[in-house]
Amino acid sequence: MSTTSRPRPFVRVRGRSFIALVLVPEPPLEEWLGGLDAQMQRSPAYFAGKPVVADLTALAAVPQLVAGLMEALASRGIRLVGIEGIEPNAIDVELPPLLSGGRTVADGIAASAPEAPPPPPEPASLLLDQPVRSGQSVVFPRGDVTVVGSVGSGAEVVAGGSIHIYGTLRGRAVAGMSGNAQARIFCRRLEAELLAIDGLYRTADDIEPHLRGKPAQAWLSGDSMIVAGLD
Amino acid sequence: MAKVLVVTSGKGGVGKTTSTAALGAALAQAGRSVVVVDFDVGLRNLDLVMGAERRVVFDLINVIQGDARLPQALIRDKRVETLHLLPASQTRDKDALTGEGVGRVISELKEKFDWVICDSPAGIEKGAMLAMHHADIAVVVTNPEISSVRDSDRIIGMLDAKTARAEKGERVEKHLLLTRYNPARALRGEMLKVEDVLEILSIPLLGIVPESEAVLAASNVGAPVVLHAPESAPARAYLDAAKRLQGQTLPVSVPEERRGLMSKLFGRRVA
Ligand SMILES: Nc1ncnc2c1ncn2[C@@H]1O[C@H](COP(=O)(O)OP(=O)(O)OP(=O)(O)O)[C@@H](O)[C@H]1O
Ligand SMILES: [Mg+2]
Repeated sequence: MSTTSRPRPFVRVRGRSFIALVLVPEPPLEEWLGGLDAQMQRSPAYFAGKPVVADLTALAAVPQLVAGLMEALASRGIRLVGIEGIEPNAIDVELPPLLSGGRTVADGIAASAPEAPPPPPEPASLLLDQPVRSGQSVVFPRGDVTVVGSVGSGAEVVAGGSIHIYGTLRGRAVAGMSGNAQARIFCRRLEAELLAIDGLYRTADDIEPHLRGKPAQAWLSGDSMIVAGLD
Repeated sequence: MAKVLVVTSGKGGVGKTTSTAALGAALAQAGRSVVVVDFDVGLRNLDLVMGAERRVVFDLINVIQGDARLPQALIRDKRVETLHLLPASQTRDKDALTGEGVGRVISELKEKFDWVICDSPAGIEKGAMLAMHHADIAVVVTNPEISSVRDSDRIIGMLDAKTARAEKGERVEKHLLLTRYNPARALRGEMLKVEDVLEILSIPLLGIVPESEAVLAASNVGAPVVLHAPESAPARAYLDAAKRLQGQTLPVSVPEERRGLMSKLFGRRVA
């Protein structure tokens, strides 16, 4: 990655195995945001609809800047799904969940840097063999998510494709997040707080009581969501 | 090898401090050297439950800030020789707890004791995070009600993501301790069933401690319940839990409602 010809600092973005993009803001923020704006102008669709994680390591010493940064990102339409690299209590603004365990797959803008060798095709599904606990949010825009375990009350799974829960779904399942109306949600036991597919959703109150506690699936038929037992 | 155990819950008032004192005393009685560490800076309780409140001179914060050496702050229990308390500060600010300082104190404690038991404050703030950070084992204290269970689920997620072990790609061994279990209310369906709690949290069960007057009586005299009323139902549950922590496999029994004579007689007369 060359910065010699660039008047502004290059905004570093890392690709991830399960989260699309990681932003790495650094002080001074005005300068960094300037670099970001320049980059968004070069490729306007770069962030469109993609979930983004902010690595705040470089801001750990200046936590008072974080709130302003969050606003600045939001006003640019960048949707943060998580932060990392900072103590959660260091800052008192409402922040997206801290993430850990993501695998870094490339440095620089792999998607647009021509000199980078083509990355190996990334898997289009995510398999978790542990429960998703309350307060955790799993976001996988590229494809299906399978959880071998339960999704707790107050937890959420968000997928570009379908969602398969081989346990009890108590929290939220959001399938087809980037406009996939074919996506479905399957679970071995339905106790969900919310089901959503391609923007259409149902809360617990709108799910027929006789399906509670049963194996079930949800899909879209035209403009309505159908929830039915699996057997 | 010293083991660091955190007693944690997310929700307040579920029985963490009671359990810390009881498990610490039970392990010490079994011959292990034990220190119980109060992480509830500003709201310390463990010294009261252990009956050591009048012997506190230095505390965890003093040690972290270098105002006292660790041996000066440790209080040896008067009943069980191998049991020790490292009290929290009641007056200092929570911010005096630093990650670096806590790490230093924990590694010093690990050299001196078989078990380092950390009594976590409620919540998911810094104090709770630091209390769990160095844990090898976690006892997740939960009451059989929905808010406590959800908070425990959240805490389990943090044990899997934010501890030193998690950062190294290792796991914290997690155990569920169901406390304040009320058999009469369970019978009436007013509490979550044991199997439902286990299904939701899906971690192994360390024990079920019934709701009991014996716990209150013990804490009023400043003694862990296993020392004050060793034959009581909660003491037996804690003693068994301590055995399981040491690797024994014992069946867990669900406390049952034993109907008193009065209610039986009364019931018969009405029938
Ligand atoms: N098994 C029990 N039976 C009856 N009372 C109990 C039992 N366990 C705990 N208690 C009581 O519940 C109250 C709270 O217990 P304790 O202080 O141990 O909870 P805690 O989780 O440490 O609370 P905090 O979150 O405030 O630190 C105390 O009054 C204690 O005596
Ligand atoms: Mg307490």
